[in-house]
Amino acid sequence: MPEKPGEIQIDKEIDARGSFCPGPLMELIRGIRAIPVGGTLALLSSDPGSARDVPAWVQKAGHELLGTFPEQGYTRFVVRRKR
Amino acid sequence: MENRMSLIVFSGTADKLMAVATLTSGAVAMGLEVELFLTTWGLQAFRKGAAQATVSVSKDAGDLGPALLEQMRKKQVPGWLETLQQAHELGQVHVYACAMTLELLDMKLEDLEPIVEEVVGVASFIERASESRITLFI
Repeated sequence: MPEKPGEIQIDKEIDARGSFCPGPLMELIRGIRAIPVGGTLALLSSDPGSARDVPAWVQKAGHELLGTFPEQGYTRFVVRRKR
Repeated sequence: MENRMSLIVFSGTADKLMAVATLTSGAVAMGLEVELFLTTWGLQAFRKGAAQATVSVSKDAGDLGPALLEQMRKKQVPGWLETLQQAHELGQVHVYACAMTLELLDMKLEDLEPIVEEVVGVASFIERASESRITLFI
């Protein structure tokens, strides 16, 4: 897993900060559907539920979590669409 | 066993409908089909235009009710119907109206929000719920 967010090419970024559970997850699902297979998406979320929900969904949906990067007051999740 | 969650939506207060909408979203996200069986006050809340008027909180909340609503407003939490509509767009969500309640409240399917797709009897709902992984009464 890359050490820094800057090391990954991001195709689309979704800023879901300020949105509450399950908002960020629903935005992630919508966002993933909008990018081609193989594309990458960064989700910014300040919802503490995302720490568990995002990895659980990514695994269930068969995509790849490239990284989870804690920032000031939010977390950046980077996901690659696999299917 | 079907990969499905069945919810009996009996309550018509904003807090419980928010729980319905949130659980539905989570289930859809995790790939479950969701069926909502609207009955009594839960059905009343789906009358066209009633969602904006569901501002009461269940009595369980006591004095905290108004404070919760105020927090939801302040933090701009999306309304329960809006959350439910989003889940409906993203996955398999079916909303059914209880035939008996509809009769009691003197309403027709056309009087309900468009998200409600069909009028069903309790027996057919129970038949399907008995095959669901999760069934909850809210």
